[in-house]
Amino acid sequence: MAVKVHIKTLNKEVLTQTLQSGGCGECVTSCQSACKTSCTVSNQSCLKK
Amino acid sequence: MAYDFSLLHSFTINDTYIVMDINSGIVHSLSKEAWDFFKAWEKADGDAREAVTELAEVYDSEELKGIHQEMEVLKQEGMLFSYDEALDKYELPEETVVKALCLHVAHDCNLRCTYCFAGTGNFGSERGLMSLETGKQALEFLFKACGPRKHIEIDYFGGEPLLNFEVVQELVHYGKARAATLGKELKQTLTTNAILLDREKIDFLINEDVYMILSIDGRPNVHNRMRPFSGNKESYPLVHKAIKDYVNQQEGDTYFVRGTYTHHNLDFSEDVKYLIDQGFTQLSLEPVVAAPNEDYALKEEDLQLLGEQYEKLAEMLFEYHCRSKNVTYFHYNITLDKGPCLPKRLTGCGAGHEYLAVSPKGDLYPCHQFMGQEEFKIGNLTQGISNLTIGKGFRKAHVLNKEKCRDCWARFLCSGGCHANAHNFNGNIFEPYRIGCEIQKKRLECAIYLQVKKWEYNSLENIK
Repeated sequence: MAVKVHIKTLNKEVLTQTLQSGGCGECVTSCQSACKTSCTVSNQSCLKK
Repeated sequence: MAYDFSLLHSFTINDTYIVMDINSGIVHSLSKEAWDFFKAWEKADGDAREAVTELAEVYDSEELKGIHQEMEVLKQEGMLFSYDEALDKYELPEETVVKALCLHVAHDCNLRCTYCFAGTGNFGSERGLMSLETGKQALEFLFKACGPRKHIEIDYFGGEPLLNFEVVQELVHYGKARAATLGKELKQTLTTNAILLDREKIDFLINEDVYMILSIDGRPNVHNRMRPFSGNKESYPLVHKAIKDYVNQQEGDTYFVRGTYTHHNLDFSEDVKYLIDQGFTQLSLEPVVAAPNEDYALKEEDLQLLGEQYEKLAEMLFEYHCRSKNVTYFHYNITLDKGPCLPKRLTGCGAGHEYLAVSPKGDLYPCHQFMGQEEFKIGNLTQGISNLTIGKGFRKAHVLNKEKCRDCWARFLCSGGCHANAHNFNGNIFEPYRIGCEIQKKRLECAIYLQVKKWEYNSLENIK
């Protein structure tokens, strides 16, 4: 019988590790007002990756 | 404390059990057994033996101990209960460069949208169009101010920018040519109500790689109610046809169809569905932001229903995914891996320092939302940025410095919300707009939920 997997982890990249490595500023600007397509930063991609 | 559960956010939607480690951004999908253990563990303040005892009559104790062990491993790997002391001391660098401009090429509009934050396009001031000379000056300002940044942006905005189309055409050509000379990657976007979007303009905008933000609110009656011409005449037929023509002609998803929902269409998932049925597959619907006394304003008591709508929307998008129908709903397009770095998440929208708005006369404001508010004017194109204090203030207004954001589970996903909303509702950019926060958090939970559902579905498909 297969062992049941109880926890599935979707992503592996630890955000806090980017404190030092990030900040190049090449990513797209993210407006948060409703009149433009407001975007949370989380739905953007990093251009370096 | 060995187990600080405030470092985690746990929630469940439709029998999917999710725990997110807030600081690392790692998302875990749990079985029902693991979820029940996790909640019992949390209730027992991290005492695993007590949690196992609590659930002894429901689950096999050895299995529960195995789940606990899995969680301990994740903790050791920095993916559960993670904390980094560097966060306590972190400050964004003082120096910054302007990398995006919102060009208000027209302070006038051909629609009379009820909820418009810009008055009727003139931002409470005189109507007017940006001259070609001012537009070129703005582009040169950006090319200089961006320093070493390669990727820069211009958004042609208004009012309605197509009222000044000849100038837009010239500026698009000029921007492209100058960017090529300077070795910059210039992304140009135009935000329009589509009333004047005819064949000639569509050809131009597609040929010149201008990204489009196209405004339509959904079902005809919903759209016409809030986005009429003057005299309350319906605009839907013209808008729908123009956007359809554009979407049919473009290739490569160079657009977003965006709309606004209000208290009058709290069943807005029907509008999303309607727009998808029209063939618009890149879209978003935004919650209206309005003074509480307006009849169309969203209210605290609407939040429950809106939450249900976001869940319904997530289910609908998952169904499209299973049917291999390619639909991108902007707010659910969350990037779990390869997402922005933490400095970017603290920078947020960059209003006032990375991103500025330019009035038709060349005055500079932190963003389009602050346009025309004298106390927020930070300079002009001729003299440059003369008031540095405003930009510094905006830069400091990030989630680690805002009391209500600092402990919010969504802080690194949302980046603290819109400064203008905070200012308009609370008179302070450090205090976010509450209804906006509540909607944002629900939207993010649904976005994560959808990612989990897709991930599990894709994993199963790969096994087949």
